[in-house]
Amino acid sequence: MKVFIERSNEEKEVVFAGTVRNLLLTLGVNPEVVLVSRGNELLVDSDIVSSTDSIRVLSVVSGG
Amino acid sequence: MASCSFCSEKAVFSSAGHTYCNLHFISSFESKVKATIERFGLVSDADRVAVAVSGGKDSQTILYILHSLYGDRVHAIAIDEGIPGYRDEKLDDLRKFCTRYSVPLSIYSFEESFGKPLTRFLSNGAPACRSCGVLRRSLLNKYAADFDVIATGHNLDDECQNIVLNLLKGNLSLSARLGPVSGVAAHKGLTLRIKPLYLCTEKEVATYAFLKGFPVRFNECPHASDGFRSKVRDALNELEAAVPGTKLRIVENFLALLPVLEDACRAVDGPVTCNRCGSLCAGGKCSACRVVEVFSDAS
Repeated sequence: MKVFIERSNEEKEVVFAGTVRNLLLTLGVNPEVVLVSRGNELLVDSDIVSSTDSIRVLSVVSGG
Repeated sequence: MASCSFCSEKAVFSSAGHTYCNLHFISSFESKVKATIERFGLVSDADRVAVAVSGGKDSQTILYILHSLYGDRVHAIAIDEGIPGYRDEKLDDLRKFCTRYSVPLSIYSFEESFGKPLTRFLSNGAPACRSCGVLRRSLLNKYAADFDVIATGHNLDDECQNIVLNLLKGNLSLSARLGPVSGVAAHKGLTLRIKPLYLCTEKEVATYAFLKGFPVRFNECPHASDGFRSKVRDALNELEAAVPGTKLRIVENFLALLPVLEDACRAVDGPVTCNRCGSLCAGGKCSACRVVEVFSDAS
């Protein structure tokens, strides 16, 4: 799956299928500090993502 | 696919054992902000409300909700510090937002007010976040003087970080100035500051901004570098992930202690005027004038 991490403007190819929560844990990201979207749809921790999905990880942390 | 706890639609947010679809999340979030305004008496009938806006998710969210509640009593005020590649983009987003929702917007710059942008203060050795904050607050006080309250987009995470930072640094007198309303002394020349997002987490605010389709960039100021705050923020988020509700409990407990802190730290003498610009301050020169003087081009 393609994972785009907006904060670092970085796209990763990740071999993963499972819940959003486990995806974030795999990426080493605290679920508290991000929103996860698939297209225009926001996902919650228990949603299942598959290897063909394109996922965006948006940081919710303010900076100025 | 997770469903909403209150209907059969797909969930877009989960918290405290409940899941929310788009409509139920938006409705719940707006109700929480209205309840915060009522609980702390943040806006009175006929108050004119200046909203301090940066162009980010917090300020667009609070501007949208206050404008929907109070209509033409609301005016957005933005400060352009002069941070190329960051503030100019945020201000573009803000202009789009204000045009889309017909909100009056005034923008004041460091360049016009202090003779140079933030980057020139920084090249003269000024500490980034502290100097920027002092100068921004000075301009907000000046240009919001005719309003009854200044609303800011500070959220539960911001407040929680400030409480813990002040505790760790031993700055209890600074904590006495926190809370959903600050500037309680209500001196002429100091407009009350209110925080209607006081009980909303940063993640809730970001979710609302995303679902409403606000023109927001989720990026960070290039000068943001407060290492200690970052450590506190990360620690609080780790605790929140492990024990949900931690941040809210810290803030609610702080609210119970705040009256005691305010009494203990109340200044015996009221503020006096800055001997350079005439604005209210603790004595001598105000913080903004000190920054302008110390980090002038000749220094």
